[in-house]
Amino acid sequence: MRNLVLLFATAAFVLLTAAMLFTAGWSHPPIHGLQTGYRGLAMDQLSTNASEHLLKLANTLPDPIDKASADGDKATSAYKNVQVLTDLSVDQFNRVMLGLSAWVAPQDQGCTYCHNPDNMADDNLYTKKVARVMLKMTRHINQDWQAHVGTVGVTCYTCHRGQPVPANLWFKGGRETAGFATNNDGLGHPNKINGSTGLSTDPFSGYLDGDGVARVQATQALPVGFGAPIQQTEKTYALMMSLSTSLGVNCTYCHNSRAFSQWPQSTPQRVTAWHGIQMTRELNAQYLETLQSEWPPNRLGPTGDGPKLYCATCHQGAPKPLLGVSLAKDWPELGGVATP
Amino acid sequence: MSVYENVFTQVQVRPDIPEFGVGDPLIARERVGKPSFEYWLGVIGNAQVGPIYLGGYGIASLIFGFFALEIIGLNMLASVHWSPIQFVRQLPWLALEPPKPQYGIMILPPLAEGGWWLMAGFFLTSAVILWWLRMYTRAVALGMGTHTAWAFASAIWLYLVLGFIRPLLMGHWSEAVPFGIFPHLDWTASFSLRYGNLFYNPFHMLSIAFLYGSALLFAMHGGTILAVGRYGGEREVEQMLYRGTAAERAALFWRWTMGFNATMESIHRWAWWFAVLCPLTGGIGILLTGTVVDNWYLWAVQHNVAPSYPHIFPPVVDPATTGASQ
Repeated sequence: MRNLVLLFATAAFVLLTAAMLFTAGWSHPPIHGLQTGYRGLAMDQLSTNASEHLLKLANTLPDPIDKASADGDKATSAYKNVQVLTDLSVDQFNRVMLGLSAWVAPQDQGCTYCHNPDNMADDNLYTKKVARVMLKMTRHINQDWQAHVGTVGVTCYTCHRGQPVPANLWFKGGRETAGFATNNDGLGHPNKINGSTGLSTDPFSGYLDGDGVARVQATQALPVGFGAPIQQTEKTYALMMSLSTSLGVNCTYCHNSRAFSQWPQSTPQRVTAWHGIQMTRELNAQYLETLQSEWPPNRLGPTGDGPKLYCATCHQGAPKPLLGVSLAKDWPELGGVATP
Repeated sequence: MSVYENVFTQVQVRPDIPEFGVGDPLIARERVGKPSFEYWLGVIGNAQVGPIYLGGYGIASLIFGFFALEIIGLNMLASVHWSPIQFVRQLPWLALEPPKPQYGIMILPPLAEGGWWLMAGFFLTSAVILWWLRMYTRAVALGMGTHTAWAFASAIWLYLVLGFIRPLLMGHWSEAVPFGIFPHLDWTASFSLRYGNLFYNPFHMLSIAFLYGSALLFAMHGGTILAVGRYGGEREVEQMLYRGTAAERAALFWRWTMGFNATMESIHRWAWWFAVLCPLTGGIGILLTGTVVDNWYLWAVQHNVAPSYPHIFPPVVDPATTGASQ
C-alpha cells in the first residue's frame, strides 16, 4: 500500500511537471526590457527573440506594384459604373484593381471575387459593394485621421494581408445561457478579445459601435454619489486587454499603472490610442454598419450583425501596423500622402 | 538525532487502541466514525483518523454549503450549455455574477440577473456562520478558550464586508464579489482600478503588513521550534520555567540575534494578532472604499502619501478636454 501510494505520487509529480513544462506558454530567455518611463515606475516593454522574430514574420510586406501616372484619360471615361475612384486616371484605377486582387481577393478567384467577368460594371456581387465602401473608408482614414495614422497611413493590405476577410473582427456577443440560469452579463469565459481572462467576452458592444464611457475612475478623492459600477470597470478592463493584445504591448505602453486615469502621467501614445478609439467608432458607424444589408448570412455574427473593426483589425499584434512601414506613401490613389 | 532534521515527521505515535479523547457519554454520542491509523497522514500529522464530531451545527452547515455549491455549480454548468467537457476546461473562468447595478439592493432580482447569486450568497453565509458556531461550541465543550473561533470571525468579517455590508452601504449588490475562481480575482483587480489603486489605501497597507508579517512570524516560530526539536522543543510551554531546555535555547537564540525575544506563550499571541489583524484591517479598508473615499490615488496625493515623479515625456493632456478634432 505504502509503495503504491508512493508510486502514484511519483507518477502524478512527473506528469504534472511534464504538463507544466510543455503546455504552459513559456518565454525563452533572454527577455528584452525597454524602459520607457521614469525609474521605479515599472514602465517597460518586454519582448523575446522569438516574439520579435514572429512579429517580423507576421508583418512581411507584399510585392510592390509599379506606380501609375495620374495623367491620361480618367477611369470614368474608360469604364462604366465607376462610383468611388472617379478622380483616378485609367492607369491609376487599374493599379488599385491590381492591388485589390493581390491583397484581398482569394488567389484562385482574382477579379471574379468582386466582378462578373461577362460584365465588369455589374453590381450583383456583394463583395463589390463592400469593396466600394472599404475604398471610401481607406481614403477617409488617410485624409482625415492623421491624428491616429499620421502620414504612415493605411492600405487594403494593412488589414487584409492577402485574405478576403481580415483575421481580426468582432461581432456582438450572444447570450450565454437560456431560461432562468444566470446570464452573467457576458463575463466568465476566456477568449481572444478579453486576453483569456474571465472579463467581458464582448467589451466592444456599445463602445466601439456606440458612445459608451470607458472612464471609470473617480475624478475626485471623495465620493459624490454612486459612480461607475464595477461591471462597467470590468468592461473597460476587457477593452483595455483587447487593446493590449491587439498592439502586443502591456498597460504601461500608454499608462502609468499607479494612476491609470491620470493624463499628465501617461505617455504620448495614449493620446494616439484615444484618437484610434474615436476613429474606430466612426469607421464602424459610418462604414461597416452601412453594409449590414449587404452581408450574406455566412458573414454575420451569432446575433445577426455584420463584422466590425477593433484595434487588432489593423494592428495585428504590432504597436504600429506592419511595424510602422508606410505602404500608403506609395498609394496616392488610396488617399495616402505621396512621397515627393 | 538526525530524525529531527527531516522535512516530515519521522516518529509516529500508534497506540494499540485508538484514542477516543475526553468527554462524557453524551458528547461521545455525537462523534461518528471508527478510528483508524493512516501512515501517510502520520507523515504530516497525527496518524489517527476519526472519530469526527459533526453535531447539529455541522450537519446544518454542510447542508447549506451544499445548496450554495449546487447553485453556483449548476449555473456555471448552464453557462457552458451543460457541456461537462467545457465545464472542466473553463472551470477556472466560470462565474456566478452578482445582480446588475440597476437592481440596487432589491431582495430578489430576476434569477438570471443575479437572483441566483443572492441565494448562493445567503446559503454560503449561513453555512459559514453555522461552521463558526460549531467551532465556538466545540472549543467551549473542550474547556478551551475561543481564540480560534474569533480568528475565524475575523475572516468572516472581511467576507461579509465584501459581499454584504459594503454593497448595502453602497446601495448596490452589483458592488459585491462574484463567485468563481478567476472572476473573483478579476473583480479584485477591477475594484482596485475603479477606486483609484487600492495600494494607496492605508488599511490595505496595514493588511498587507499583517499578511506578510504573519508569514514571517510563522517562519520564525516554526523554524525555531523545529530547530530545538532535538531537545523536545515541541513541548513548548511546559519547558518555560526550566533552564537549559529547548524553550530557553530558543529564547536565547532570538535574544542573541536581535536583542529581544518573545516568550513561548507570547509568540502565539503575536501570531494570533497578526493573523487576526490581516482580514480585520483589510475589511476596514474595503468598507471605506467607495463609501468614504472614491479614488485612493487622489486621496493619497492630497495627504502627501503618493510621491510625484519627474515628467520625462512631452506634456500629455486629455484630448477629450482640448476639443481636438476627433
